[in-house]
Amino acid sequence: MAASGAVFQESVKTPFIHMPRKRYELIDHTADLGLRIFGRDLPDLFEAAAFAVFDRITDIGALRGMERRVLEISGADWPDLMVNWLRELLYLWNGERRLIKQARILTIQEYHLSAEIRYDPFDPDLHRIEEEIKAVTYHQIAVEPAGSGWEARIIFDV
Amino acid sequence: MELRKIDDFRWELPQSGNMRVPGMVYASHKLLKGMEQDEALKQVANVATLPGIVKASLAMPDMHWGYGFPIGGVAAFDWETGVISPGGVGYDINCGVRLAATQLTASEIRPRLEDLINALYQSIPSGVGSTGQVKLSPSDEKSVLRHGSQWAVSRGFGEDADLARTEDNGCMTEAEAEAVSPRALERGRNQLGTLGSGNHFLEVGRVDEIYDPRIAEAFGLFVGQVTVLLHSGSRGLGYQVCDDFLASMAREVQKLGIQLPDRQLACAMIQSELGRKYFRAMACAANYAWANRQILLHHTRQAFLRVFEISPRDLAMNQIYDVCHNVAKKEIHRIDGKPRTLCVHRKGATRAFAPGHESLCVEYQKTGQPVLVPGDMGTASYVMVGTQKAMDETFGSTCHGAGRVLSRKAAKKQSRGRSINRELEDQGILVRWTGRSTLAEEMPDAYKDISEVIEVVHGAGISSKVARLRPMAVIKG
Repeated sequence: MAASGAVFQESVKTPFIHMPRKRYELIDHTADLGLRIFGRDLPDLFEAAAFAVFDRITDIGALRGMERRVLEISGADWPDLMVNWLRELLYLWNGERRLIKQARILTIQEYHLSAEIRYDPFDPDLHRIEEEIKAVTYHQIAVEPAGSGWEARIIFDV
Repeated sequence: MELRKIDDFRWELPQSGNMRVPGMVYASHKLLKGMEQDEALKQVANVATLPGIVKASLAMPDMHWGYGFPIGGVAAFDWETGVISPGGVGYDINCGVRLAATQLTASEIRPRLEDLINALYQSIPSGVGSTGQVKLSPSDEKSVLRHGSQWAVSRGFGEDADLARTEDNGCMTEAEAEAVSPRALERGRNQLGTLGSGNHFLEVGRVDEIYDPRIAEAFGLFVGQVTVLLHSGSRGLGYQVCDDFLASMAREVQKLGIQLPDRQLACAMIQSELGRKYFRAMACAANYAWANRQILLHHTRQAFLRVFEISPRDLAMNQIYDVCHNVAKKEIHRIDGKPRTLCVHRKGATRAFAPGHESLCVEYQKTGQPVLVPGDMGTASYVMVGTQKAMDETFGSTCHGAGRVLSRKAAKKQSRGRSINRELEDQGILVRWTGRSTLAEEMPDAYKDISEVIEVVHGAGISSKVARLRPMAVIKG
């Protein structure tokens, strides 16, 4: 499977330096949309997955994160937890028309997480929808340690 | 994967590993080449491992990569000992196609075509998350889920005659609204009567060629006739039903300790509480989709009447048929000479029942069921008819369309620097669209050659060509 050249980054603040870090890339496939997601650790991986999904959907920079909510998600294992996590976030978009600016993992353990998300109600005058992501699939899902961090492969229905 | 050639249209995927039955692929040599490049064949084999599968895991010539189940796949499971799988139906439950034909001819409407497509574009909400003119109260929504097209007709959206010319009369009677989650209900409340996005469309076309004059006449089709083809589904409600049950069945599979080659194949025994609940909820989504297409047809009729200022009698926009492309049905088929009750999953496949089947309306008893196979927006669509061979070989099923060859991303890449709109206009096809990248993603080059797909199912005898339709004007979501 060929990974495409497209790489999406955001600036991550560390105490000493500012450097861009790759959070995800597109996987090319007859699939509708495949993402490979990178995290330094598990919380970072789950946060990066939320970022990746909404970075595809809209310009996150245009969001203010006016509303917040705490989510509690469970799964049978890490891949299942990842699917359930993204399923919940996508419901906020597809079902409630909310665009997520930021997700912060508060706690994560085998196989449960709690997270705080910040979001805005969709306003067609303010927000541009770049890409539609309708559902997250279990197809060929992988969430695994990779190098010094974690990696996930996720395929979406668009 | 090694395929064994049976004839020019049939290839067997022999049973191996955990497969309970062999695979059977309907394809030409040319189409097969494309299939081998992606993982669709492996998916045919994966489906063959599921409990209770009967006879073979089938693939139609428009097959392409799906999640878990291939798109273009047909699989039947024993009603008592088999499984039901949301992934074997797909997210867009009862995504399907409806064809209506008018008494107008292409040359009559050509001068007003632009007015017509603009009027249609105005009256039919399309695009991502589009909402409709119909706002449902909770009790009305439950009524839609129970009664499908019949609800829409009872509210003045269409005619009784439309119902008989809809698969299952536009209503799966197994529907129980209590099986549908609050989230799915919420998503369904304001999307009825909307086209949606992606590959959904409304196409004004003309009958371009007749292959079977006797059956074409029985269907009410003639050369030059103006037709309307609608492609839409159950919108967010169907997606939510699929997603809800994928989640609960993934848990169920884990609990039962069933080993699946792909988690997207998550399933439950048909005779379990969860399996029965999914079937009832899926039937609700199927009914929602039928009501949706019924309302879309009504708006289409109204737009034609306004633009051409003629009476409904002169327009005579009669429904030819409405078929599901994504569904699971309880059906009786003869297996080894004996009738057996099965749960037939068609994911990107069309029912193609033979003449004389009891579920067909009087008009189609002698002809067999009309089968509607849309192509891409620049090429052609086909009307076919169901055959006895389909009953004997494919649980009364055939292909559903052209099938993608390019991913949406690849299509966008290939379209760079081109104006797909202009290219279509140069061919005399007017297009209106909503989504920013819809035209690029759905351009003709993204799909297989529909005529090649049609020749395979016709050649194999699992449906038979009746007429070809050419697009004149298209609305994409």
